[in-house]
Amino acid sequence: MTSLGSYLHRHPRLRLAGLLSAPLLWLVVAYLGALAVLLVSAFWTVNGFTGGVVRQFSLANFRTILSEEVYRAVTLRSLGVAAAVTVICIVLAVPMAFFMAKVASARSRHWLVIAILTPLWASYLVKAYAWRILLANGGPVDTLLGGPGNGPGYGLFATVLVLSYLWLPYMILPIYAGLERLPDSLLEASADLGARAGRTFRAVVVPILIPSTFAGSIFTFSLSLGDYITVQIVGGKTQLIGNLVYANIGAANNLPFAAAIATIPVLIMVIYLVAVRRSGALEEL
Amino acid sequence: MRITAILAAGMLLLAACGGGGDGSGGSGPGGLAVPKIDKLGSLGTGEGAVTIVSWAGYVEDGSTDKSVDWVTPFEKETGCQVNNKVAATSDEMVTLMKTGDYDVVSASGDASLRLIYGGDVAPVNTDLVANYKDVFDGLKNKAWNSVDGVAYGIPHGRGANLLMYRTDTVKPAPTSWGAVFDANSPYSGKITAYDSPIYIADAALYLMKTKPELGIKNPYALDDKQFQASVDLLKEQNKTIGEYWSDYTKEVQAFKAGNSVIGTSWQVIANLAEADKAPVEAILPSEGATGWSDTWMISSKAKHPNCGYLWMNYIVSPKANAQVAEWFGEAPANKLSCGETADKNHCATFHADDETYFDQVWYWTTPLAQCVDGRTDVTCKDYSAWTQAWTTIKG
Repeated sequence: MTSLGSYLHRHPRLRLAGLLSAPLLWLVVAYLGALAVLLVSAFWTVNGFTGGVVRQFSLANFRTILSEEVYRAVTLRSLGVAAAVTVICIVLAVPMAFFMAKVASARSRHWLVIAILTPLWASYLVKAYAWRILLANGGPVDTLLGGPGNGPGYGLFATVLVLSYLWLPYMILPIYAGLERLPDSLLEASADLGARAGRTFRAVVVPILIPSTFAGSIFTFSLSLGDYITVQIVGGKTQLIGNLVYANIGAANNLPFAAAIATIPVLIMVIYLVAVRRSGALEEL
Repeated sequence: MRITAILAAGMLLLAACGGGGDGSGGSGPGGLAVPKIDKLGSLGTGEGAVTIVSWAGYVEDGSTDKSVDWVTPFEKETGCQVNNKVAATSDEMVTLMKTGDYDVVSASGDASLRLIYGGDVAPVNTDLVANYKDVFDGLKNKAWNSVDGVAYGIPHGRGANLLMYRTDTVKPAPTSWGAVFDANSPYSGKITAYDSPIYIADAALYLMKTKPELGIKNPYALDDKQFQASVDLLKEQNKTIGEYWSDYTKEVQAFKAGNSVIGTSWQVIANLAEADKAPVEAILPSEGATGWSDTWMISSKAKHPNCGYLWMNYIVSPKANAQVAEWFGEAPANKLSCGETADKNHCATFHADDETYFDQVWYWTTPLAQCVDGRTDVTCKDYSAWTQAWTTIKG
């Protein structure tokens, strides 16, 4: 054992290789490998007769996706939901994170972080079904708004509402982390130099906020884009990209077509990541 | 008619498998050859284990609900340790059985013939299954569990997809599927439908009765024109749909709250909703309905054939069959089960021995390009076409 240890000590490159081989293997084989299989299988088709996968290059899946109007409509709807959820989360998270990081005492700060994290401990399904009951005809939300049928019911609005609720912690935490790094002395200096609150916010806080918010938006946006369970539970008859993928895998056993649909969110996220990279968001993750 | 259709489906499936596809000289329907597999001659002692592929709720050992356990008594009685794999779809069942790692499977009508003609399951020696004699005759040697009078499995249970409505809001009481296909329905926005491509068959069944000029003979065999008519009907229906359901808890809650007041359902859902004090009624409409029927089959490559037979015998025994039927919510296959159910009305509620009732039920069958109603002059839409159409229906 000692001889192996001293051997590795003398060969730092080998040491590094040993250290990194496991995560590298994971990244290349399990992660990128799976993604590559996804991309390749999107070009295959399924034999409708036997249900077997035909491993032959074909653009048929993409032709269907591009020519059928429904796929465009669902893609746009999914984008709209993801954008709306992200905006709602930002609006709610910024003041909350600011209070936690700058106003609350150091002691209560920790409790607030714990409070924000608590919902993450509960099962996603339990929370989604709880919302289904809250939004039911004559349920608590209806009662608050004055009687059965006054609430939003199940549908697109309910989907956005519940997804915003589910992903809010993922937006608060990066913004909180960003604001916490902002020294109080900077705010005081700004005030000493005669800046009013609005000016201080624009000149000192916002530059910190922007990358943090983009970091949070990567979570809320991508999680919303891929979701299919919440939509199934509170979405009424709404379908998003995730539902299309699920339907083609579960019911039709048409893995290639599901893979072809799954490339849509991958493409959108790549574009999104390249766009937010310039804001410095990726350093905040 | 239905029998011919299903036999034709099986024939085409065999052709698909590529094994003796021409089938000339075979003993099966349409000159089709069933792979020659011998049934078990006599029962030996158990091998100590049995591997099962089943639908959720069919093989319960108390891990879902402490009070629901019919696996432990079987293990104690026979010494066969049960290893169960729950499959989500018929496709998955077929794939799993092809591996040869499993001894028995609870196949539905859209999977059983694929297994028989694929050579994945063996004929069943019903003499070795003591409880077989008590199975309803209406379930024995049917097109989906036998070939040429040779039994390929032990019937397990069946059910119909019903029309459920809230008695306090839906007046007058509906008697036809027209209630969910009416574009001007007063219940618009509170209508629900089953969320699966197979629901297209429900529309086809309705058109079969209301638009005879389309010439639909089997709701699972639709040519271009018939398919388009069904899809158009469902697209029109989409405007009045509040939500589609696929898991039953969701539907129970929707009917209880009143988000849904009318739509497709299963008897078990109606029972659960009634138990929750929701004023609902489930009926078999005048047009008939779609439905399902399951059969326990034994693998042709079974490593534990004796335990497999012991399981098939046990699961249709009066007591166990009654337990499964009540837990799952279906009509049991064993007539003696009706005396063993905790709810004495169970068999009446699920129409267990009502053959005229089940004569109106079109059991789920996988749609194929080769029309399952036997037509050879046209091409029908296969299941992947149904799935893609289902996406466009939902919009």
